Amino acid sequence: MAEEVKVFRTWSSPFAFRVVWALQFKGVPYENIYEDLSEKSSLLLHYNPIHKKVPVLVHNGKPLAESLVILEYIEETWKQTPLFPEDPYERATARFWARFGDDQVLPSVFGVFIKQGKEREEAIVTAHGNLKYLEEELRGKKFFSGEKIGFLDLAFGWVANLVSVFEEIQGLTLIDHEKYPLLLAWIQNFMDDPIIKESWPPRDKLITKYQALLGSFIPKEAAEK
Amino acid sequence: MAKSEVKLLGAWPSPFVMRARIALNIKAVEYEFVLETLEPKSPLLLQSNPVYKKIPVLIHADKPICESLIIVQYIDEVWTSAPSILPSDPYDRAIQRFWAAYVDDKLFPTMRGLLTTQGEEARKAVLDQLAEGLALLEEAFGKCSKGKAFFGGDRIGLLDIAFGCMLGWLRATEKISGLKLLHEANTPGLLKWADTFCADAAVKGVMPETEKLVEFSKVIVARMRGAHPPK
Repeated sequence: MAEEVKVFRTWSSPFAFRVVWALQFKGVPYENIYEDLSEKSSLLLHYNPIHKKVPVLVHNGKPLAESLVILEYIEETWKQTPLFPEDPYERATARFWARFGDDQVLPSVFGVFIKQGKEREEAIVTAHGNLKYLEEELRGKKFFSGEKIGFLDLAFGWVANLVSVFEEIQGLTLIDHEKYPLLLAWIQNFMDDPIIKESWPPRDKLITKYQALLGSFIPKEAAEK
Repeated sequence: MAKSEVKLLGAWPSPFVMRARIALNIKAVEYEFVLETLEPKSPLLLQSNPVYKKIPVLIHADKPICESLIIVQYIDEVWTSAPSILPSDPYDRAIQRFWAAYVDDKLFPTMRGLLTTQGEEARKAVLDQLAEGLALLEEAFGKCSKGKAFFGGDRIGLLDIAFGCMLGWLRATEKISGLKLLHEANTPGLLKWADTFCADAAVKGVMPETEKLVEFSKVIVARMRGAHPPK
């Protein structure tokens, strides 16, 4: 039976990258459908009426939203190249850290990027409080999932391509050599992987995008000083 | 397996703790329910959930598992002989996981907002949001249950557990606010499902009485209002 796999996404959505990386690791052919989030297509709104967001995976006409839910679906549907641990306890641990990444790490890192003055100082403390867990999780391991890239590495993939962009734009260092040697090594190993390289957001485009985003956040009075 | 091999750290008012208890009940797993005082947080809690310091924590053979939906799935994956909590089809599993996440990420914060938000306009906004969320779940119930009693079909599943555990607080909120949140007109399916869920053998013993939750909420709200007196 012919399989039809489509991924509704944008060129930069970190959540969408998880999905396409998973499909690539499993060798599942798919079609990218790029959305303009300022003018969402009627198809996207039809497939994800609840959240109206990307990514959406459509497999043989059946839509699924929420990247972590999609990753579990991909794992259960295409059994080659398992990405999740086999042991239930290790699987629960991976799921825990993936949610921690989305609920705590990402917002705190984004907070460092977007906030200013005293709020930024506080955001930096919070971000370090979260990032230290990632450094600890890598102890004795090349990847979060062990010897090879797996589910949790894909979930943290945004760390490998977004953090340095935020650091460059704001002229600060969050993930430094002293506190995060393992995380820095992981970033390099992750970026060097040939399958990950097949889908990677262009750095210069990311810089332009986030610079523009920053511009839209700065309140008028501050900009005029 | 010896009873002490499985411990659940929790407290009776928590809907999240209830999820773990229902899952253990479904699987007929004997466990020790360790009452967590929360004020102050016990050394066991701080040691077993250092990241969030929250309940529930399932401790299985001395290994801690945190986050209620992760705990429920862990229970389903470890105790495989008893009835399954998640369906077998990957797409159906994904739909259950999607809506369970929706309950936690969208519905629960809105419900809590109804208890804490002050000011008529702000409260109306929260109410509208809640009504919208319940309408979506009513629709999801129709699709998932396919005419059967539960989101999971003939038996309680992940989404029944995820959403069903909110019913105690939903009913308490109705009593406190004097409003009907689930009703015959807008959510007939959910209304019927709520009764069936609460009457189920795996749920009955662990669902707190609405009156007790109403009393308990007064303590929480007074504490919150004491910290931020209304203007």
